[in-house]
Amino acid sequence: MKEISFTLNNELRSVYVEPNEVLLDVLRDKLGVKSPKCGCERGDCGACTVLLDGKAVRSCLVLAIEVEDHSIVTVEGISADKLSALQEAFIEFNSFQCGYCAPGIILAVTELLLQHPHPTLEQIKESIAGNLCRCTGYTPIFDAIMALTKVEHVPSQDGKQMLPEEEQQ
Amino acid sequence: MKEFTYIGKDVTRIDGREKISGAAIYGDDIDFGANLLYAELVSSTQAHAIIKSIDISEALKVKGVYKIFTGKDFPYKFGLYMKDRYIFAQDKVRFVGEQIAAVVARNPGAAKRAAELVKVDYEPLPAVLDQMQAIANDATLLHPDLENYPHVPWFFPKPGTNIAHWRKTRKGDLEGGFKDADFILEDTYTVPRYAHCAIETHVAIGKFDYSGRLTVWSSSQSPHTQRHLFAEALGLGHKDVRVIAPHVGGGFGGKAGVTMEIIPAALATKLKGYAVKLRYSREQEFINTYQRLGVVAKIKMGVSKAGKITALDHKIYWDAGAYVEYGANVVNAVGLSAIGPYKIDNVSIDSVCIYTNLPPGGAYRGFGYSEMLFGLESHVTRVANEMGIDQIEFRRMNAIKVGDTTAYGAKMNPNGLLECIDKVTKAIDWENKPVSDNPNTVIGKGFSLFWKAPAMPPNASSSAFLKFNEDASINLIISGMDIGQGYQTVMAQIAAEILSVPPSKIRVETPDTDRNPYEWQTVASHITWSSGNAVKKAAIDARDQILSLVQRVYNLPLEELYLADEAVKCTQDPRFVLPLKDFVVDGIMTKDGTFKGGPINARGMYMPEFSSTNGDPETSQGGHPNVHYTVGAAALTLEIDKETGKMKVLKTALAIDAGKALNPDLVRGQITGGLLQGLATVLYEDMRYDDKGKLLNPNFTDYKIPTAMDVPDEIIPIIVEVPQPDGPFGARGIGEHTMLPAAPMIANAVEDALGIRIKSMPVTAEKVAMTYLRANKS
Repeated sequence: MKEISFTLNNELRSVYVEPNEVLLDVLRDKLGVKSPKCGCERGDCGACTVLLDGKAVRSCLVLAIEVEDHSIVTVEGISADKLSALQEAFIEFNSFQCGYCAPGIILAVTELLLQHPHPTLEQIKESIAGNLCRCTGYTPIFDAIMALTKVEHVPSQDGKQMLPEEEQQ
Repeated sequence: MKEFTYIGKDVTRIDGREKISGAAIYGDDIDFGANLLYAELVSSTQAHAIIKSIDISEALKVKGVYKIFTGKDFPYKFGLYMKDRYIFAQDKVRFVGEQIAAVVARNPGAAKRAAELVKVDYEPLPAVLDQMQAIANDATLLHPDLENYPHVPWFFPKPGTNIAHWRKTRKGDLEGGFKDADFILEDTYTVPRYAHCAIETHVAIGKFDYSGRLTVWSSSQSPHTQRHLFAEALGLGHKDVRVIAPHVGGGFGGKAGVTMEIIPAALATKLKGYAVKLRYSREQEFINTYQRLGVVAKIKMGVSKAGKITALDHKIYWDAGAYVEYGANVVNAVGLSAIGPYKIDNVSIDSVCIYTNLPPGGAYRGFGYSEMLFGLESHVTRVANEMGIDQIEFRRMNAIKVGDTTAYGAKMNPNGLLECIDKVTKAIDWENKPVSDNPNTVIGKGFSLFWKAPAMPPNASSSAFLKFNEDASINLIISGMDIGQGYQTVMAQIAAEILSVPPSKIRVETPDTDRNPYEWQTVASHITWSSGNAVKKAAIDARDQILSLVQRVYNLPLEELYLADEAVKCTQDPRFVLPLKDFVVDGIMTKDGTFKGGPINARGMYMPEFSSTNGDPETSQGGHPNVHYTVGAAALTLEIDKETGKMKVLKTALAIDAGKALNPDLVRGQITGGLLQGLATVLYEDMRYDDKGKLLNPNFTDYKIPTAMDVPDEIIPIIVEVPQPDGPFGARGIGEHTMLPAAPMIANAVEDALGIRIKSMPVTAEKVAMTYLRANKS
């Protein structure tokens, strides 16, 4: 057991971990943060996605000791004050059904929007390509993000998404 | 028509904030403190074998191991429709993955390590891995004791064979029908097994406290059914068994009835004072829960020159797995409905439920209709094409209409099938076939109709409690599960409409069988209809209590009183406005300072009293086994690369007759989600077994489910509304149906584009490319 400290949802936390313990289990079982979900334990499904220094990672593939002195954000962290505009858009567009994959997808898209405030449909699809959702068929998720970022879905001749003007350079 | 306030509106989901903020609690999220034990299963490595011995000595030495249980500890049988299963294998194992023992330890790691150290000595038996092989004369029997298995009266097992149930439906004169035919087409279609792939795996926690009370927390579509089966199997009274069902991370039928939940429930009874958790890994989810049944379907259809279907002989052989306690009802349901949404006077259906040494088949979204429709709707397109009749016109001509008789003799309910056909053909621009600019790709169009009835016992019922709070907010207490479809929101809308209280002021919690009234199960796409009727009755009961109280206190005529804007109002006196929050708990103060009334608590119940399973075992004529059918149509435009077979759905439209879409946006959500799930079953999903009965792809790397990259370019959801007379505000279920047409319309589009007919699912790129290559060579 080794004691590690890291920032979790803007609070400094310390916890004893085994060298082989994965971040997902430490968050859920030792720190009481339950929004990252277990779906496959091998990085296939993305239900355990968290933000590590702002980047979406699968917490089932990250060893807990690796996050020492780093910053982890889960959906609890971005919901603490009030829901984000992205979360509100998910509710408005029914971008979830059973809700199990939703925390992971919201974090993956949060990372996307930090990097690309006006993403193309292709960028949206790529950002959540590693997050499986069995309920929605993904379309309502695209709709919410596109409405939020004011990106019109205009298929061009070859079926590729038109880029918003400011990025067409 | 009356204008509704909440019904038919895109009301925001009431569970949205909970699920989007991370607040929603799922089974594995519940904390049980230091007294939690972890169970891990020892699973069979053999498809069919006698268990000679089980050696647990090494496993017991692992630090942290508390106890190990085997079949000897639990010699109880259980099952929903047929009691053919044990909690742990007894003397025999019947599929690879079947649970033989459970290690219970103080931490999950110890349980897992110890489970690997349990040694099982097997004496292998011949394994039967194919349903056609299982019904051959010399086939090894999986259940030699079949004749002694208790089952519902509408099942017809054939002892001495591997046939667990045989549903026969006979109508009219089959031979005469074929004699009248000018054209007969006969062929065979096959469908493999499929996995549900809910992102949350199965999880259940059992606790048997020192007072002798069993509580089970489980990720379930069926909390009351589970309570009943636990009580029966474990010999406990129903009041001493409590099932608490938190949020469910996806069901699709896989969490219907009882699968692994009985294991922690049973273990708990031997671990008094502790809570014991069993959480399936993704691999276990693939190998030891219900799977969608495999199918071999033989179809013979006769048609007159004018294009009328004169006869249908449909034989469906189901690979139902090692235990069929739930799966046999899939077979039964399709055996009654394998004519599809057509009026056919001369019919023979044989739907045969066959034991095989593969994991148990069970409920999967569509309940057998997807498998049946792959063959039937492929066949219909082929018959029309071969006769030179437009396939849409052929379907229109033969479409079943209200009042027509079904295969088992009951009358068809009101439906908008023709309207669905018209709207889909228009939306997809059926007449105009786009031509690809790329010489390597071709474009085809595919079409399919679909129908499905809820498959349920005739007395499956729903109930509801409704209580007002001081501020006139409401707790609606019901036991259906919101498995994602939006059940809680729609039930709140129904109560809201009648009581004039907005859905945002109605709280619906996930159920606890101690506190919530009875609900059969959240399956069969019956919950909007059945539970909706119960909620509507409960709301009317509350309204009646409110209005009669106001009448009594204010001496106003009952017929002049009504609810609007969270208040009681009077048609004859616009000044009379009595807010509900002023009295629904505290009552109304009268002139002498006394109070009248009190807390408004209401109830409602619904059971389809017209339903019965009294049909003749040889013909199925005479009963009323299905409450109604939901119908629809779908079409798609498919682009295919001729060399690689790679396919892309350019556009797809699906129209469904919801009776009344209580929340249209949620209906559209079912269409986009269900269609993609259906398209995946035909385009790439496929459970692959080796010749020893071992699943080769038990993970998401090798069993691909769709990602965001696999979504069709354009999906057009279409809602048709021909009211269901006995539905709440005319509604009927639509949840499962949206995946039903996917497979046949892909096969039909492939033929349209390339002239090749693929008769086995899945229709993968590889299969398309190889078939096309072979066809062009010959």
